[in-house]
Amino acid sequence: MKVTITVNGSQVAAEVADRTLLVHFLRDVANLTATNVGCDSTSCGACTVLMKGAGEAGGGKSVKSCTVLAAQADGSEVTTVEGLADGTGEMHPVQAAFHAEHGLQCGFCTPGMVMAAVSLLAENPSPTEDEVRTALEGNLCRCTGYHNIVRAVLAAAPAVSERRVG
Amino acid sequence: MSILGTRVVRTEDPRLLTVGGTYVDDLRLPELADAARVTFVRSPMAHAKITGMDTDAARQAPGVLAVLTIQDMDDLTPPPPPEPGSEVSEGAPLPIGGLWSEPLLAIDRVRYVGEPVAMVITSDSYQGEDAAELVSIDYEPLPAVIGVGGALDTPTLLFDGTDSNVPVDSGEAADDAIFQGCDAVAERTIVNQRLAPMPLEGRAAAARFADGKLTYWVSTQNAQISRFILAGALGMDPGSIRVITPDVGGGFGAKVGIDRDAILVAWAARKTGRALRWVETRSENLVGMTHGRAQEQTIKIGGTNDGRVLAYRLDVVQDTGAYPRMSGFLPFLTKLMAVGPYDIANVQTKSRVVVTNTTPISAYRGAGRPEATAAIERAMDLFAAEIGMDPAEVRRKNLIPPDKFPYSTPTGATYDTGDYVTALDKVLAASGYAGLRAEQARRREQGDVLQLGIGVASYVEITAADAAAGETARLAVHGDGTATVYTGSSAHGQGHHTAWAMLVESELGIPMANVTVIHGDTDLIPEGVGTYASRSLQLGGVAVHKAALEVKEQARRVAADMLEAAEADLELDTGRGAWQVRGDPGTGRSWADVATHAGADGLTAYVQFTGGGATFPFGTHVAVVEVDTETGKVRLIRHVTADDAGTVVNPVLAEGQRHGGIAQGVAQALLEEMLYDADGNPLTGTLADYAAITATELPSFELVNSETPTDINPLGVKGIGEAGTIGATPATQNAVIDAVSHLGIRHIDMPATPSRVWAAISDAPGGQGGSGGQGGQTKGAAR
Repeated sequence: MKVTITVNGSQVAAEVADRTLLVHFLRDVANLTATNVGCDSTSCGACTVLMKGAGEAGGGKSVKSCTVLAAQADGSEVTTVEGLADGTGEMHPVQAAFHAEHGLQCGFCTPGMVMAAVSLLAENPSPTEDEVRTALEGNLCRCTGYHNIVRAVLAAAPAVSERRVG
Repeated sequence: MSILGTRVVRTEDPRLLTVGGTYVDDLRLPELADAARVTFVRSPMAHAKITGMDTDAARQAPGVLAVLTIQDMDDLTPPPPPEPGSEVSEGAPLPIGGLWSEPLLAIDRVRYVGEPVAMVITSDSYQGEDAAELVSIDYEPLPAVIGVGGALDTPTLLFDGTDSNVPVDSGEAADDAIFQGCDAVAERTIVNQRLAPMPLEGRAAAARFADGKLTYWVSTQNAQISRFILAGALGMDPGSIRVITPDVGGGFGAKVGIDRDAILVAWAARKTGRALRWVETRSENLVGMTHGRAQEQTIKIGGTNDGRVLAYRLDVVQDTGAYPRMSGFLPFLTKLMAVGPYDIANVQTKSRVVVTNTTPISAYRGAGRPEATAAIERAMDLFAAEIGMDPAEVRRKNLIPPDKFPYSTPTGATYDTGDYVTALDKVLAASGYAGLRAEQARRREQGDVLQLGIGVASYVEITAADAAAGETARLAVHGDGTATVYTGSSAHGQGHHTAWAMLVESELGIPMANVTVIHGDTDLIPEGVGTYASRSLQLGGVAVHKAALEVKEQARRVAADMLEAAEADLELDTGRGAWQVRGDPGTGRSWADVATHAGADGLTAYVQFTGGGATFPFGTHVAVVEVDTETGKVRLIRHVTADDAGTVVNPVLAEGQRHGGIAQGVAQALLEEMLYDADGNPLTGTLADYAAITATELPSFELVNSETPTDINPLGVKGIGEAGTIGATPATQNAVIDAVSHLGIRHIDMPATPSRVWAAISDAPGGQGGSGGQGGQTKGAAR
C-alpha cells in the first residue's frame, strides 16, 4: 500500500508491504537510522518517536514505533531524534542536557530516551524526580542506571520551557 | 594544570544524540547495499535428537535465497577428535572441547532452546521470519537436565562418551578441622541466579566475502580476538580477514569475542557468495546470547563471639549451560576472590562445573567476582546474626588493615593497594548509618508495615586479571598539529575516545579537540585485545600514555634540531602545546611546526604495553530498603557507595560506570532472573517476562569519593567497570534480609521478589503465617 508520512518536516511517500512497521519505514524507507529496535514486545522504548495525526495540535505524542504500522501513521507527522535540533545545528535542550549530564553511554537507547523525555516535558514542564522516573518507565537503559538520564531531564526542563515561550 | 582528574563531558555524545550511532543494523555502506538477511531456525526443544529436516517449503517461500543446515557444512574441517590428557585448565576461559565440543550448527542433537539448527537467507527480514517457520525439523525428545541438582542427580547425560554431566571438578576436599575452635559457625546453601546480560543492542554481524578476503562487521568487545576466532573456525589466514566494530550498543561481557551464531554469518557469506547481515531479535537474544552467574554456593563461616572470623569455606557448583564455553573459568575467579577484603586465616574452596539443557553461561559484568562477593557478604551477615553483632562492626573487625599491603590471600591472590576500613567508614558516615539503625529500631518497635533494612557489603575485586596479554596503542602527530590514536582497546559506551584524548592532551598539550581516536578495525589495528575485565584504562590507557611519552621524546629531538639547542634545554609548555627553550616562550614551536619538520611518520610511536599486573579495586556499599511486610514488596530508597579504583582520570566517566553497575547489581538482588521450567522451556524469554530494571525501581545514587592509587601501572589506575555490580548485589540483598531479620529470617535467595519475600515472612518464626517452615527456603521454578 502507499503510505505518506511527514518525517522531520519532509514528506516521505512509498509503496510498502501492509505489515511494515513505522520503525522500519523510518529506518529503511526514510533512511533515518537513529531510531533503534531493542525488543519485540513493546518493552524497551528504544524506538520511541513523536507522532502527530493530521489536524492535531502540538508537537505530537510519543509512540513506540515498533508497535505502530506505517499504515497507521499515514498522513501524520513524525519527529525522530534527527529532527530535534533546530536548523542552526544547535542541539535541542534535552539533547544538550544529556550531553552535559553524561546521560548516555553506548547510545543505543538514547534516541528513544531523548524523545520520551521531550514528550514528558511537553506534557509536564517542571516534573519532579519521581515523575521523571515514572514517565521513563517504558524506556530501558542498560548502561547508565538511569541516574544521569534523570538528572539530564530535570536539568533540561527550564530550557525547554523557555524555548517554548520564546 | 593537567586535564586528568577533571570533569570532561564526552566527545562521543553529539553524534549519538543528533544522528544516532552507527550500529551493525545501521550500516548503509556500498559493500552491504545488496546484503541479504540471515534468520536462524532455533531449537524449540531443550534436549532432543534430530531425526529429520525438511527445508523444501522454506526454499520455495517468497524472497528465500538459501536455506543452510549442517548438511551444507562440507567446506569446514570437523573438530579434531578428543585427545585424552589434553584438558584445558580451569583457569583458562576457553571451551573444553573434545567430547564436550559445541558444533556451529546442530548436528544430530540439540541441547538448549535457542540452539541454532538452520539458517534462512532472504532478501528482507520479514521474509526471513516467515520462511524460518516453514523449516520443518523432526525432534525426538530426550529428558531435559535442568538446574544444578538436576545435572548431578540424573541418569541422563548431555554428551555421549562421558560418564557424568560434570566436565570440571576441582577435586578439593572439605576439611571441617578449620572450624574447630570457633565459638559460632553458620552454614547455608544459597543461589546466585542466572541472569541475561541484555545489552540494548543484541548480537549483530554483517559479512562480505570477495576476492578471497572476508570483511566482517560485528557488535563485539574485541575486534582482534574475533578475527582469530573466525580464522580458526573458517580455516582462513587471519591476514585475509578484516574485522570492523562499528558502534556497539553495550556488551557487559556477553560480547567478548564472537559466538557460533556470529561465526555462522561469516561462513554463510562465503558459502553463498552473498553479503549478509544478521541482527537478532530480543527474543532470540534472551535465549541465544550467553547468560551469566548461575552458581549454587554452599558457604560455611566460623569465628569468635567477639567478631573475629577464623575460617571460611566456599563450595561452588557452576551451571555452565549446554556447553562449557568458559571451561571452569568463572568459578576459578570466584574461588580466587572467595575471601574478599577480609583477613581470614583459614579458607577452603571447591568447585564443580555442570552442564544443563539451558543457554550456555559466560561472562556477565563481574564474571565470577560478583558471585564471590555475594557469597562472602552473605556469610558475614550470617555470622554477624549468629553472634548478635552489627554487620558493619563485624566487617570492620575483619577487614585487611592498610599496613598489610601488598596482601597475599590464602586463595592465591595478591592485593596491590587498599584502605578498606577508611572506605567502610566513609560510606557509613555518608549514609548516616547510626541514624538509619535508630529509625529501623523505631519502626520495629512500632510494628510498621514498612520495615527498614540496611545492607552493608564490603568488597575487593580483581581487574585486568589477564594483564599479561597487554594492550596496544599507536600515536601519530601530524603536520597540522593534530594527533591520531589507534587503540587496541574497544569502546562500547565507556568513553574511551574521551579518556584517551585526555591522556594525549595531558602529556603533549595537544587539545582534545585535535585528537582523533580510532578503534575496532583490524586493518588499521591488527594487534590488540579489546575490552573486558575492566582492563581498558589500566592497559589500553597506559599504552596511550606511554606512546605519548615516546612521541614527546621524539619531538624533543626534532625541536632541539629546529631551535639549535641542547635537548636538555628544551621544555614542552603543555598549556599552549609548544616546544621552547626553557624559560623562553619566544622560541616556541608548535606541534604543527615540529611535526612538519619531522616529516611523514616522524612523530609516531607504537606501544604494546604488557608491563601491568592485575589490580584490586575495593569499596563498600550501603543499601537502604523498605520492605512492605504485608505484600513482600521491596523498594530500594537509598544506595551509598565508595568505589576505589585508584586514580580517577575522568570523574564523569568513572561515576557513569559506577551508576550502571549499581543498577545491574540491584537488578540481580531484586528483580532479574532467567527461569526455565522442568522441561527446559525458558519462562523469561521476552522483555515482557524478563524483569529488566527500570528507572522507577531505582533511586538516585549517592557516591562517595575514594582514590588509593596503585603502584602497578604509571597512571595509578585500576578498573571501574564492574565494581558497581559487585558491591550493589550483596548490599541490596543483605538490606532486604536485614529488614525482616527481627522475624527470625536469616536468608532470602535472589531475586527478592514480592512473592519470595512474602513467603519468607509468612514462614518465619516471628512472621504472620507461623506455618513453622524455615524462612528463606527457595521458592519458585527451577533455574
